[in-house]
Amino acid sequence: MVSIARVFRSSTHRGPFGRGGFGPRAPAALWIPSLIVALTIALPLVYLVVRAVGAGEDAWTIILRARTVKTMLQTLVLIVTVTAGSIAIAVPVAWLTVRSDLAGRRLWSAAVALPLVIPSFVFGLVVQVALGPRGMAQQVLESLFGITEIPSIYGFPGAVLTLVLLSYPYVILPAQSSLGRHDPLLEDASRSLGRGRVATLYRVTLPMLGPAIGAGALLVALYTLTDFGAVSLLRYETFTTAIFVQFESAFNRSMTAVLSIVLVAFAAVLLVGEAFTRHRSRYHGVGPGAVPESPRVPLGRLAIPAILFMTTLVGISLVIPIGVLAYWAGRGLAAGEELTSVWEPMINSVFVSGIAAGGAVVAALPVAALIVRHPSRFAWVIERATYVGFALPGVVVAISLVFFAVHVARPLYQSLALLILGYVVLFFPAMLGAVRTSLVQVRPNIEDAARTLGRSFLATLVQVTLPLIRPGIAAGLGLVFLLTMKELPATLILGPIGFKTLATVTWSAASEAFFAQAALPALVLVLAAGLPLLVLRFRMGRGF
Amino acid sequence: MLRRRSLIRSVAAAAMAWPFVSACGESQAGPEAKSLVVYSGRSEFLVGPLIEQFGSTAGVDVRVKYAGTPQLAAVLLEEQGSSPADVFFAQEPGGLGVVEGLLAPMPEALLKGVPSWARSPDGLWTGVSGRARVIVYNTDRLVPDDLPTDLWGLTESTWRGRVGWPPTNASFQTMVTGMRAMWGDEQTREWLVAMQANEPVSYPRNTPIVAAVAAGEIDVGLVNHYYLHRFLAEQGEAFPARNHHLVDGGPGSLVMVAGIGILRSAVNRGEAEQFVELLLSMIGQQYFASQTYEYPLIDGVATGRALTPISEINKPVIALNDLKDIAVTQGMLRAVGVLS
Repeated sequence: MVSIARVFRSSTHRGPFGRGGFGPRAPAALWIPSLIVALTIALPLVYLVVRAVGAGEDAWTIILRARTVKTMLQTLVLIVTVTAGSIAIAVPVAWLTVRSDLAGRRLWSAAVALPLVIPSFVFGLVVQVALGPRGMAQQVLESLFGITEIPSIYGFPGAVLTLVLLSYPYVILPAQSSLGRHDPLLEDASRSLGRGRVATLYRVTLPMLGPAIGAGALLVALYTLTDFGAVSLLRYETFTTAIFVQFESAFNRSMTAVLSIVLVAFAAVLLVGEAFTRHRSRYHGVGPGAVPESPRVPLGRLAIPAILFMTTLVGISLVIPIGVLAYWAGRGLAAGEELTSVWEPMINSVFVSGIAAGGAVVAALPVAALIVRHPSRFAWVIERATYVGFALPGVVVAISLVFFAVHVARPLYQSLALLILGYVVLFFPAMLGAVRTSLVQVRPNIEDAARTLGRSFLATLVQVTLPLIRPGIAAGLGLVFLLTMKELPATLILGPIGFKTLATVTWSAASEAFFAQAALPALVLVLAAGLPLLVLRFRMGRGF
Repeated sequence: MLRRRSLIRSVAAAAMAWPFVSACGESQAGPEAKSLVVYSGRSEFLVGPLIEQFGSTAGVDVRVKYAGTPQLAAVLLEEQGSSPADVFFAQEPGGLGVVEGLLAPMPEALLKGVPSWARSPDGLWTGVSGRARVIVYNTDRLVPDDLPTDLWGLTESTWRGRVGWPPTNASFQTMVTGMRAMWGDEQTREWLVAMQANEPVSYPRNTPIVAAVAAGEIDVGLVNHYYLHRFLAEQGEAFPARNHHLVDGGPGSLVMVAGIGILRSAVNRGEAEQFVELLLSMIGQQYFASQTYEYPLIDGVATGRALTPISEINKPVIALNDLKDIAVTQGMLRAVGVLS
């Protein structure tokens, strides 16, 4: 009887209509904070409804056009392709950096996460400069082989390439933390039952990665849905384009709100769809005791191809962008530009990003514990609601927080506190996915043991659970830190007057074609994000 | 465990240091010091030095919020008349137009030097610098004589696939609104359809068009004039692109403005007027002419050396009110399939 109960409690992921009623049955210490977090993150929806009411009849004529359907389909095709591409790159990279004896694993680990910090409009520009019809690649090919025309980067291929390179780290970070905590006994069992190394990889290791890949893939899909900077430069029309046309050139807040609601509905389909692909499986062993470290797999003859693969990936996604930025800076310096100091923006960037990452951890812990340990329809709705901020363009979330601050929290308006709240609303799912991924790997019987031995609920959380999910927390911290470092619209809109970050300085310069002035803060952005990441890699140990 | 604790400790120490770090960025003004809050939709790299100069010479503690013009317009509307801002400095008149209800009329004396085409008829806001619509062309492939004399020239088959334009851009949509005012809706639609049939290449903004023209991706582009000069400043005179002003005097050579308005809710009204005064003074106008490669709007201020003097541009006469109707223009752009 006891074991059955345990299996039920630990069957982690249920679809929306899984077992358990709608009402909260979890401890109040979990469901109350979770509810507050979810309601806060869903605040922008209220604003959107308030504004959408003012749109009138026009709204329907714009939504119900044949072009809308076409744009939706185009968006869907882009999402599926970018997500598949990101998984295809991220899974081997995660395995190589965590489970193999690849040389320089930690350096590679930090390097493959960094593309996440490059603002998408910068990345789009770089792809254009490097691979455009008359870009650097074509110039090299022309001087070597006389090739004057290369396949066009514009449209679908360029958009896919840019978005995959920008967003594969969303999958890598949770996948690495998950692999670092896989129970090696499960793989050993598979091997001893006669399965080969490859079969074990496919039948045990990869399925165990399921929750991590799912969490990351959902972020990639939603990011693709809401990106504007990269797709607009590479000329691929998505649904978000229409939102920006209404907001940026028509100054029409009502239509922006109407189209944003459609965007959220689109995201909701992805969120529900993703939930149905989850299995009711356990991702942890059932035996007693702690999880031992997995041994590293020697690459042997595959070491050289593995290094080549990593070099190519980091070369394209990090070294080329850095090279183009350095070239811009150098060219400007040669032409006599005086680069302005970015010291203060750098301090600001690092501080707010660090605090936002910390805030996201605090907010994510109860929600993760609720959905993993006390799954119910209530928990499911709570969890999915926390994706609202991530599924909306940053500018929409920021304006809606202005609305709330002005009406109900005036003292918070244009304070750092509101800005950080904005970051948490925007990036919460990145943290939640990483923490949840770690938590599903923790054997609940360890927690049960602590409770049986008289530890309180809170003491168990702090002394037992938290140390065990460190890799997930670290991965989430890394993700939210990087995303906040490059965040632009919320920083511009919600930040205190005169508040500058590396991302805002880069944008200020790039938007008016001050390329040299844009290059310096963008380069510092990569460096300032890279160092803490490297420290985290070396200090948090295995799996991150 | 130890390691984790030291990590937590360093984060906590950093958090406590935060107020001191942020305080360094603010000036330590006394209670009776003069101050001014600016919402600037114009980039700090364009107007920052001029604003700083105002602060130091006028002894005013100026604080600026830089963001996109549409973003700041939306923020002002959501603030519902309780904005901390005193003035709104906008990249294009469209942004000032949507917040007109929040602006206070400016003293007539302040605006006397500004030509009437460059300010709001009600005196609610004023242009401070001008930018001309031009055709930017690749100098390796074309000479000025190859270029058309009016916008209809670009609909000829010789330009098939060679023209870049930014359909989502506010300046471009203002130009199309100007077409509607001058030509009427019917002709404007015809031009758009003819252009669309000529396979123009769409870009999200002006800057990538100038870059694409120089790279030879396209041969000509419909842009505002001053972006080219940023490229020339950074990449030298060898940069293979130049501006061409259409000589026919149609909407293709429209001159538009970046402008400023004072908010009704402004606490620092005196300082706000002082600031507008500086922007419209010889010093301010010379700054725009020489530093941002824009056109001064006040008589007697010389145009920057690199620019075609504004007197030599055959610019059309269109009332600012006729350029406001962006929503109808967008509807037309959507109807002909230029805009999604």
